[in-house]
Amino acid sequence: MFLYTEGGHSIPVVDPVSAADAGGVFPLLWLVIALPLLGATILLLGGRRTDAWGHLLGTATAVGSFVLSTLLLIAMMGREEGDRSVTQHLWDWVSVGGYEIGMDLLVDPLSILFLMLITGVGSLIHVYSIGYMEHDPRRRRFFAYLNLFVAAMLMLVLAENYLGVFLGWEGVGLASYLLIGFWQHKPSAAAAAKKAFVINRVGDIGMSLAIAMFFVTFGSASFTVISANASGAGEGTMTAIGFLLLLGAAGKSAQVPLQAWLLDAMEGPTPVSALIHAATMVTAGVYLVVRSNFVFEAAPAAQTAVVVVATVTLLWGAVIGCAKDDIKKALAGSTMSQIGYMMLAAGLGVYGYAYAIFHLITHGFFKANMFLGAGSVMHGMNDDVDMRHYGALRKLMPVTFLTFAMGYLAIIGFPLFSGFWSKDKIIETALVESPVFGICALIGAGVTGFYMTRVMLMTFFGEKRWQDGVHPHESPSVMTFPLIVLAALSVLGGVLYLGGWIKDWLVPVVGKAPEHELPFPAIVFSLITVAVVAVGVAVAWLTVGKRPIPSTAPTDVSFVTRAARNDLYGDAINDTLVVEPGKALTRGLVSADRSLVDGLFTGGASLVQGLGQGLRRAQNGFVRSYALSILAGVVIVLAALLVVNL
Amino acid sequence: MNDVNAYIGLSAVLFTIGAIGVLTRRNAIVVFMCVELMLNACNLALVAFAHQHGNLDGQVAAFFVMVVAAAEVVVGLAIIMTIFRTRRSASVDDASLLKY
Repeated sequence: MFLYTEGGHSIPVVDPVSAADAGGVFPLLWLVIALPLLGATILLLGGRRTDAWGHLLGTATAVGSFVLSTLLLIAMMGREEGDRSVTQHLWDWVSVGGYEIGMDLLVDPLSILFLMLITGVGSLIHVYSIGYMEHDPRRRRFFAYLNLFVAAMLMLVLAENYLGVFLGWEGVGLASYLLIGFWQHKPSAAAAAKKAFVINRVGDIGMSLAIAMFFVTFGSASFTVISANASGAGEGTMTAIGFLLLLGAAGKSAQVPLQAWLLDAMEGPTPVSALIHAATMVTAGVYLVVRSNFVFEAAPAAQTAVVVVATVTLLWGAVIGCAKDDIKKALAGSTMSQIGYMMLAAGLGVYGYAYAIFHLITHGFFKANMFLGAGSVMHGMNDDVDMRHYGALRKLMPVTFLTFAMGYLAIIGFPLFSGFWSKDKIIETALVESPVFGICALIGAGVTGFYMTRVMLMTFFGEKRWQDGVHPHESPSVMTFPLIVLAALSVLGGVLYLGGWIKDWLVPVVGKAPEHELPFPAIVFSLITVAVVAVGVAVAWLTVGKRPIPSTAPTDVSFVTRAARNDLYGDAINDTLVVEPGKALTRGLVSADRSLVDGLFTGGASLVQGLGQGLRRAQNGFVRSYALSILAGVVIVLAALLVVNL
Repeated sequence: MNDVNAYIGLSAVLFTIGAIGVLTRRNAIVVFMCVELMLNACNLALVAFAHQHGNLDGQVAAFFVMVVAAAEVVVGLAIIMTIFRTRRSASVDDASLLKY
């Protein structure tokens, strides 16, 4: 069922069939979330007794979810196009007054893709972690948190109403906090976890206010109800909701101005970074915007805001990525930038939603691949993350090198690799829809080519710059196996676009619009993009590849480099705009509390004390003055009685 | 009626003299005597009213007052004696240690 706007855009109404009616594997939908949740529960409650096999159980539950998701995907493909949304009512969750919120799950063409990505890439990261965390005494706990993370993310994408999404949303925030701060004995890791948590709370304010507005406007938070009535709610309301949702999405997806936590989040173990950046967490914001397409279609101003935020972020992240010497932070900058691309596509409306999801999936493959590859490199380099201490690793780590190279070619958009298809379509759509943002995205692609080539050259090529006592070696096969699978997916991810499959697949969720007349054939856009990327790669080759790389970062660098090394002063901006005024406000409140509120109480006490001091003087020890006061009292009482009686 | 008025008037005068004495004299013995005077002024008023009402309530009360006065004299004179022994003075103003 579709609603139509003036422009001929169709906006789908969520109208699912119940899982019991759908039959097949659909009634088992709840197990997809329950399996990893059960894993987390057993591992956390079981304690040390589960140490021996905890990692195996954690991996098994994730793989189990993946198998179930695959079965669901196959079952869904077998259904009619308009009939692919299936809902499952688990129990009545909140029932207050006129509000009825059920614990409902919804699996449709959008969420099934997320299911595949989360459980698939998530399972590979679990397998990889078996090797990566082998010598960590708290490995079982790590797997418990990983399972919790996956379960929360699955809850987020499977919920049928915004309150359910919020449950997963907060669960993801909690799990990311636990995992970023997993090495809590390092103060920097503890601080990074706290920072991620606090900045995410800022976004959550937007999310929770948006939910409140849904309840006020529609009396419900269910996708079904809201999508059916969205057009009748008035543009002002929808714009407000759109902005609030954007704030929430910006927090989770590390979009400007809430981007500062992402780079610090690299303090967590590397598989966590892969999980956060590829399969869970940062994709939640993109999911939210695409899922809320019925809101954004009714709020053009909010859509424009999404595009602006996305464009700023994609350039912001790219610039940061160019200057970082920490391999994980360089990759984190690139994630920020790539999420910017997804948000850009999502902000372009009906034309872009499918490409946003397409890029999200291919990015999930190649970014997980590269993060795990970076972890493999660190594993061989005694956990050193400084790329200036790497160099010439391609011979000693052939599998890591080759798989990383596949991810590299995919992210820069080398023709026929997965990233080529997905990023190309985003840039093409952006150029057609709003050329200014399109050109920014194009520049971003060039910068991507630069910084990824820089990472590649500094890590695997050039001279050896290893520190003393470092003996690089290839990682064990339990770590290289996921790398090989992800590398294959990075190369082949583009098949999702064969014959425009993903676009057609998502039509029941995101709707469709009449095709634009392209000013040039699509191949021209591709050629332009590839040319721009080639320029970026060439610049990297000239500035990084052909020159010797000093093993400590040079300090006499341009202002831009210095700014980029400092995350473009994101922390300084936050400090000046939020933290310092907040502190000043707190100090003001404290002093007001001390002087005003405390003053009221201590003042009252001092008053009584002073009064007592004065009255004490009357106790002077002279019997006759006591007698006088008794007499005076009697006279007063008698006089009073007389007055009353008269 | 007029008889009673005279008794009450006398009682008031005696009470006032007693009160003024308590307030103005320093010698503990004299203060004590003034207190007795006030008590007896009260007794006079009680007996006069009893006579006027024609019952014995007031007279019984007067006996109680006398008993109290006697007991008070015993205790009071003992205190005055002790104070006098320690300070060689019977002035009530000298015994002003118990104060703020």
